[in-house]
Amino acid sequence: MNSPAREAILQRLRRRTTGGARPAPENPVRRFDWSPEERLRRFTAALTAVRGEVILVGDDWPACLFSRLQAKGATNLRYAADTALGAELVRAWPDRGAIALIPHDQPIEACRTDLFTATDASLTGCLGGIAETGTLVLWPSIQEPRLISLVPPIHAVVLEADRIRSTFHEFLIEEDWAGRGLPTNALLISGPSKSADIEQTLAYGVHGPKELLVLIREGRAATDPHRNLPRDPTAALAGALA
Amino acid sequence: MPPEFSVRVGQALDNERLRRNIRRTMDGLVAKRRQAFPDTDELTVLRRRGKLIRGQALANLPDLLLELEANCERNGIQVHWAETAAEGNALVLDLLRRQGARRVIKGKSMVSEEMGLNHYLEAQGIQAVETDLGEFILQLAGERPSHIIAPAIHKDRGEIAALFAAHFPEYPYTEDIEGLTAIARRIMREHFGQAVAGLSGVNFAIAETGTLCLVENEGNGRLCTTAPDLHIAVCGIEKVIARLDQLPPLLTLLTRSATGQPITTYVNLISGPRREGERDGPREVHLVLLDNGRSRIHRDQQLRATLRCIRCGACMNHCPVYSRLGGHAYGTVYPGPIGSVLEPQIQGLDRQGELAEASSLCGACGEVCPVRIPLPGLLRRLRAEGVGDGPDAGVPGHGSRRKVLHRLIWSLWRQAHAHPPLYWLMTRLATRLRRLLPTGLGPWARTRTPSVIAPRSLHELARAEGFAHE
Repeated sequence: MNSPAREAILQRLRRRTTGGARPAPENPVRRFDWSPEERLRRFTAALTAVRGEVILVGDDWPACLFSRLQAKGATNLRYAADTALGAELVRAWPDRGAIALIPHDQPIEACRTDLFTATDASLTGCLGGIAETGTLVLWPSIQEPRLISLVPPIHAVVLEADRIRSTFHEFLIEEDWAGRGLPTNALLISGPSKSADIEQTLAYGVHGPKELLVLIREGRAATDPHRNLPRDPTAALAGALA
Repeated sequence: MPPEFSVRVGQALDNERLRRNIRRTMDGLVAKRRQAFPDTDELTVLRRRGKLIRGQALANLPDLLLELEANCERNGIQVHWAETAAEGNALVLDLLRRQGARRVIKGKSMVSEEMGLNHYLEAQGIQAVETDLGEFILQLAGERPSHIIAPAIHKDRGEIAALFAAHFPEYPYTEDIEGLTAIARRIMREHFGQAVAGLSGVNFAIAETGTLCLVENEGNGRLCTTAPDLHIAVCGIEKVIARLDQLPPLLTLLTRSATGQPITTYVNLISGPRREGERDGPREVHLVLLDNGRSRIHRDQQLRATLRCIRCGACMNHCPVYSRLGGHAYGTVYPGPIGSVLEPQIQGLDRQGELAEASSLCGACGEVCPVRIPLPGLLRRLRAEGVGDGPDAGVPGHGSRRKVLHRLIWSLWRQAHAHPPLYWLMTRLATRLRRLLPTGLGPWARTRTPSVIAPRSLHELARAEGFAHE
């Protein structure tokens, strides 16, 4: 937006900027050559250090999730309905009477009160994990919106073990975030919400989820890790023509 | 009219509870930072990289701001520019009015403190609700942050419990920290569910992708930027960085330097409002770029280093002055070493030049700064600017702290050292008449043994030993 303030600020800044643009300083990618086991071990250690819960699961993950949620006293679980993960969940859910499944398929305007006041737990997938810091990379999409991972007191996430990379730097370079384009709200999540604002003493469960439950699925090639990414239409066209 | 700086210093030093609270936190944060950087060689490399990345951003600032603006607007983020805090406030008010908001929920933002935004909005009939736990406590107490990262550290759990009991008598009294946190959560939930407008700061604005990066632990920042229909981000113009791949080293430096965390619970990368078909997120995102003196600081090659700051607060945590006084004694939005460098440049040396004196120049701040801002050097430069040493480089209030008596004394000192006969006369008089010189050296001598002038100068003693030439 053109405005007098904009022109004045830029003019003042330009007065001292001489010569051409300064090139970006050297910034080699920080990464570690860890084995898959080592990545899994470090991821788990870092995440549990900030009170994240980690469980290793197989294809029976819905039953594992069910028993964990039951132990926590949850009575319902909100999930992204039109995703592969949601379909798996529904297919293998042990008891809808004990823990009700709520499909999250409406605009927020239609489910705001329910989400804020009547949802105990939520389930999302993720793009991957970061071993160094015990971090989940969430890539919200139309099917899996932003608030579902934030508002309910318990947030459960399914993470494919082979999607854990060593560092954030490696992740965003290897998967070319800048070139591919970012979603409305990419997120790095490391543990449940916390605060140390009173006497620098950690208290968990401030405004976001009180508990973060990560189900790591091993020994299974990820179906399509970028299922949520916007497709490049020209690439699709090129593929169709080939 | 607030009391003078020297009076505030005295008050802070006399407040034992305050000093205990500050000391405890500072010691904790210093220890956590040390543990977070076990490898000093790696830290050296990382700090150098941080300095270069921020330096590149500042060298290319006008172009990067234009790139940021273009990419934000391509993403649907509307960009506004404000030269002054007043302009910034007016822009925010206008956006809130157009949305019909009577209330705005806020994530922690030091730039909004700098603008005096809450106060301004209240006067216009719009309630600003601080949602960060520390800021929420301060809003109840009617106080300003005393630290840029941990705003309420000057209060202990007893004081906070009393505050909660006075404001929320419906909740049972507790001094338990988890309990107090749970009360804040319940109160805030209603706001998060209902608010139509949210406001946040920005930690890094990435020009390459038109992305706003926010770091936080509580989740309130995500809620303020996701739940309402309108999100306004306020951001100093210096917060821009060129590329997305520059974010990881800066994030590491920021969170480890600030609280010793390898990463915060949430790193929030916002690249636009709700897109076609998306089911939540704000319908409008606005970025307000605030200058407020920064472009003036940018013009001076040396002082420009001030703008590299990533607001981690490590300089405060390690400062012997800050850790005894706390932030309120400074009387400014930004306290500690970075505040003592930034505030005199924003507000003028005539108003805040005294802060540049609030340092023992021990150098700790410069040693820990993750982007290697030479804070002690900048403090010395501002002291010199204050007394009008050197040409007027445009720092407001240049020379305003000059005192005639000081000028006279230094001028005599210089003359004496430039003219041997005068120097001879001075040392002669000082040694021979030493008993006539004043012994009371004021506060300096209160805890020190006053120096006594020797009966003979070094020159005389050397001559007596047979040295003919110096």
